[in-house]
Amino acid sequence: MSGWRFTLTSEPPERLDLSPLIPERLAGLSAGEIEHVVLCTTRIGTRVADVFTVAAIEAGDRVEFGGGSTRFDDLGHGMTRGTIVVEGACGQRLGRLMSGGAITVRGNAGGWAGSGIRGGTIEIGGDAGERLGGPLAGERTGMNGGTMLVRGRAGDRAGDRMRRGLIVVEGAAGTYAGSRMIAGTLVVCGAAGSLPGYLMRRGTMLLARTRDGLPPTFARVGDADLVFMRLLARALATLSPPAARLAARKLERYAGDMATLGKGELFLAG
Amino acid sequence: MPDVTRNGVVVRDTFAEAFDMVGTALIITAPSRRWAMQAAVTMTGFATSIIACGVEAGIDRELTGAETPDGRPGVRVLLCAGSVEELQKQVANRVGQCVLTSPGSACYAGLDGKERVKVGDALRYFADGWQISKRIGGRRYWRLPVMDGEFVCEGSTGLTRAAVGGGNLILMGRKAQAVLLAAETAVAAMGKVADAITPFPGGIVRSGSKVGSRYKGLFASSNDAYCPTLRGVTKSELEQDATSVLEIVIDGLTSGAVADAMRAGLAAATELGPERGAAWIGAGNYGGNLGKHHYRLMELLA
Repeated sequence: MSGWRFTLTSEPPERLDLSPLIPERLAGLSAGEIEHVVLCTTRIGTRVADVFTVAAIEAGDRVEFGGGSTRFDDLGHGMTRGTIVVEGACGQRLGRLMSGGAITVRGNAGGWAGSGIRGGTIEIGGDAGERLGGPLAGERTGMNGGTMLVRGRAGDRAGDRMRRGLIVVEGAAGTYAGSRMIAGTLVVCGAAGSLPGYLMRRGTMLLARTRDGLPPTFARVGDADLVFMRLLARALATLSPPAARLAARKLERYAGDMATLGKGELFLAG
Repeated sequence: MPDVTRNGVVVRDTFAEAFDMVGTALIITAPSRRWAMQAAVTMTGFATSIIACGVEAGIDRELTGAETPDGRPGVRVLLCAGSVEELQKQVANRVGQCVLTSPGSACYAGLDGKERVKVGDALRYFADGWQISKRIGGRRYWRLPVMDGEFVCEGSTGLTRAAVGGGNLILMGRKAQAVLLAAETAVAAMGKVADAITPFPGGIVRSGSKVGSRYKGLFASSNDAYCPTLRGVTKSELEQDATSVLEIVIDGLTSGAVADAMRAGLAAATELGPERGAAWIGAGNYGGNLGKHHYRLMELLA
């Protein structure tokens, strides 16, 4: 089974629904069939051939995008295996509900990247938009497994309603990082915006620093030299050296959010 | 085949008969070697024979920080039992009473495998609702708040049904001191073999047993054929001038590990010679009908 390379020929005339272009859904299709796949989200009716040239590549179970656009929505939606690489930016809901495989985006990603993902890994070379891993309106849980790595900054409410898995933001995070977390681990190597951990129930946040301090509903526990942090630092070492260095620093532990269950923990570098 | 003399030591043409067991392994770490070893020694205590201990357990080897999941000094322990249920019960009780309680300890899986024995998954309730589950790199860990910080314990460890218990060597000699030296030397050599343990005190058992008893309710009794004081009044296996007999029992996670340990022990004991060490080496069996695994001493002699 060969992979496919989609080279962007012109800026899309409308927002695109790229969910059909995942390795498992392209398996067994010919280049001609792929060119007719509908990507439109409006009455313009954009098909693959309207914006991409399609070429088979040797690497199997792999989809590459030559060039990117903030109009690339729903990229990697629900994928369970294989690899997607985007040599540019992408739009909203990158890798939403994926359960396996790997997505790499070299540029920025829009809002809700990794929304509700259950497994697999997403790496964003640039910045991520708001609600990284978060649920869409009406959903009860956000990220539910897997790993996300953001080399740049993350927008507001990174890790909103996260229930399982690991998010590492190597840059800064917006306001309400880790809001309403149910469980899981969120690491922010830059500064976190106002009210980190807002209404978190359980879970672990690891922050290098904050812009405006911690919410008043977090209780200081004290210096923490925990065996668990050694395990986390080791796991982070291959994924993100800055995050691993942060986990190895002297950390102070806070419990919260006391405005809700309060079984969450927030580690702040000293 | 006749007996073979190696370096003056007579190795009898017989075999050790061993049994299938279920086995598992755990890695125990602590802030220092001393405390990792203390937890390991405590949790593998009173685990010499499944006849009355429920499980046979021992220390496989010490681990450096580079070999443990959390980078601290550690010890790998093995536990073998007769059934999965008993193994599960013993692992939970022993980790709960002896490792959880030991200062600074942490406990991790020491064996991969699809079938699992619960460790942290069984002990988490100790934390009374304050337990924290963390999944890191595909493994689940439980963090239990305790008085010196946190007890980190992996959710489960692997289980093998290919474990073997009851590999053995019987060392006989003219002087008690020499036989003890031979046994100590053999145990030390076996200690270098991975995936094998010698669960008796210091690896040595001086009260080898036979199956059955003249008394109701006893499953094992003194192996009179090897008791020097019963020579002449019972059907003895001992030479005329043998005065002391010690046995080494070996359990392993694989049959190969048991064979390797026996081979190492045999080589080390024969190297001492009949004056400094044991003069005769045999092995215990039940005629070959009870245990699936037979280890012929002749085949183990290099």
